[in-house]
Amino acid sequence: MNENRRKFLKLTGLAALGAATGKFADVFAKEKLTKISSLNITGKKRTTLVGIDSKKRWAMVIDLKKCLVEEGCTKCIDACHKIHNVPDFENPKDEIKWIWKEPYEQAFLDQENYYQKDNLKDKPVPIFCNHCDNPPCVRVCPTEATWKREDGIVMMDWHRCIGCRYCMAACPYGSRSFNWRDPRPFIKDIDPDFPTRTKGVVEKCTFCDERIAKGQLPACVEACSEKAMVFGDLNDPKSNVRELLKENFSIRRKPELGTNPEIYYLV
Amino acid sequence: MLEYALKGTKKYWGWIFFLSLIIFVGVWFYLKQFSYGLGITGLSRNVTWGFYIAQFTFLVGVAASGVMVVLPYYLHNYKAFGKITILGEFLAIASVIMCMLFVFVDMGQPLRLINVFLYPTPHSLMFWDIMVLSGYLLLNILISHITLEAERKSMPPPKWIRPIIILSIPWAISIHTVTAFLYSGLAARPFWMTAVLAPRFLASAFSSGPALLLIMVFIIRKLTKFDPGDEPIRKMAIIITYAMCANVFFILMEFFTAFYSAIPEHITHFQYLFFGLEGHNTLVPWMWTSALLAIVSLVFLLIPKTRNNNRILFAVCIAIFVSIWIDKGLGMVVTGFIPTPLGDVVDYIPTIPETLISLSIWAIGFFLITVFYKIALSVRRELLT
Repeated sequence: MNENRRKFLKLTGLAALGAATGKFADVFAKEKLTKISSLNITGKKRTTLVGIDSKKRWAMVIDLKKCLVEEGCTKCIDACHKIHNVPDFENPKDEIKWIWKEPYEQAFLDQENYYQKDNLKDKPVPIFCNHCDNPPCVRVCPTEATWKREDGIVMMDWHRCIGCRYCMAACPYGSRSFNWRDPRPFIKDIDPDFPTRTKGVVEKCTFCDERIAKGQLPACVEACSEKAMVFGDLNDPKSNVRELLKENFSIRRKPELGTNPEIYYLV
Repeated sequence: MLEYALKGTKKYWGWIFFLSLIIFVGVWFYLKQFSYGLGITGLSRNVTWGFYIAQFTFLVGVAASGVMVVLPYYLHNYKAFGKITILGEFLAIASVIMCMLFVFVDMGQPLRLINVFLYPTPHSLMFWDIMVLSGYLLLNILISHITLEAERKSMPPPKWIRPIIILSIPWAISIHTVTAFLYSGLAARPFWMTAVLAPRFLASAFSSGPALLLIMVFIIRKLTKFDPGDEPIRKMAIIITYAMCANVFFILMEFFTAFYSAIPEHITHFQYLFFGLEGHNTLVPWMWTSALLAIVSLVFLLIPKTRNNNRILFAVCIAIFVSIWIDKGLGMVVTGFIPTPLGDVVDYIPTIPETLISLSIWAIGFFLITVFYKIALSVRRELLT
């Protein structure tokens, strides 16, 4: 290679590097912009748009006594999975679930009441995303594809998710599912009112944000004929959930991890 | 300097062809994965990271270990490492590229990776890991290019490169520390949530990486006129010995803390690894092989007579590499998910496409190393032809 050509190549290389750093600076500038606009999204401007009330803190109380009345009941699960286009793969490897039931001992690994009258032993407990106040999934997500709204709902952006599954490693409750393959052929009746997902992204319960925005209750709450699930605003001292929590002894899943889960169980 | 890679013996081209073949097979399977989704792997809802991320973790260690030759040579002016330092830097470059490829093939939506840069998220350790790895790659490309170019012209490298080389030393430590932080900051996974994880990663990296470097030094010494002399080999053996002692020490500390405290969620993971859990014992024979290899090789390293015997040292290096590869490249990542946070024990076995894709990324790494070493040795006129 002659000296001139080498110099030319080096110069163009440097120029490209310069342009690249310029782009990099751009990215940081843009970051500030998105930060501001995401403030708008979670702040008041969006409130009027999709009904996020930053004064509210949504939570749920589940009365297990009522929940266990009807044996083998799957109404909440069916309702949720139907309206959210959750596929049914019929194999545990590809499985996607937003809400499901686990034996009491597994839902509450740290509750060991060996000699108690076993009214709860091996009994199925409905579990789903805890919409933590301090969500580890949000902390680890490298693209802010999952984030916490001001009303406490932990949301998912299925269009931004890169499918790294870091959130699944970070969630202490196993609440998240991944689309290991195209889910669409496995959805029985596609509900056109709710988006289907694509392969390679993570999904989970969103507390029915689309229904809350319309002033409706989450689908699982509405589907429960025993009224075992109660949804409400924790910030309102007179709300239904606050009343229940004041009068009853409640437990939460793994509160010792500091995630501050917002699903309460009455036992 | 690339032109040096385009001239070679039949053996050289045969090796290149062989590696290319493996790479093509892997690319073909990756295209299948790309269209079907990650369901083509053995991963599941419960075990969400597996072979790919484990290879990534192991190779970050190999990349970081380049510092074990860079530091003595540049910081302490230890001249005996003069001939192998460039090999260490090239090994680091090839390893970082393999790391990036393993992250890439693990993504559910690989084309959206750009989102990491479009929405920089400093509260995610993955953001930092991508930053430090890219930085380390650039540093090593720059350093090896400048120093080798200077060597080609029989001139001392320019002065301005020295601070950059010095910067690459803590940078190497940082890549493996941040990689450990990916795991050790997760309250959901007690197996990883240990403060000793980053030190342990570094110790295992500083034994397995130099072991791989020595293996390759032995091989190219046999195949070419390249001869670094006996002194750097002896010194490397000592570095490997110290690092391996630290590594075994850290693993024993993990055992003590888990089993003496007797907290179930800490013990169960180690039980799964070494004894099996509820009849699931896929990793048990592997882990005992790893432990046995570690102990035997450490004994051979600690005895000067065996350590100074090149034949034994070569075998010991292979044993250490395999032992730590099993520990980090098979056991470490998967066991974080077993048992699950809900107490289920779910096995994970990599599928054939997954294994072939991984093998192909390793082949890309060896391809790069071959080309890089060919260039380095050609510059020094140390090839037989």
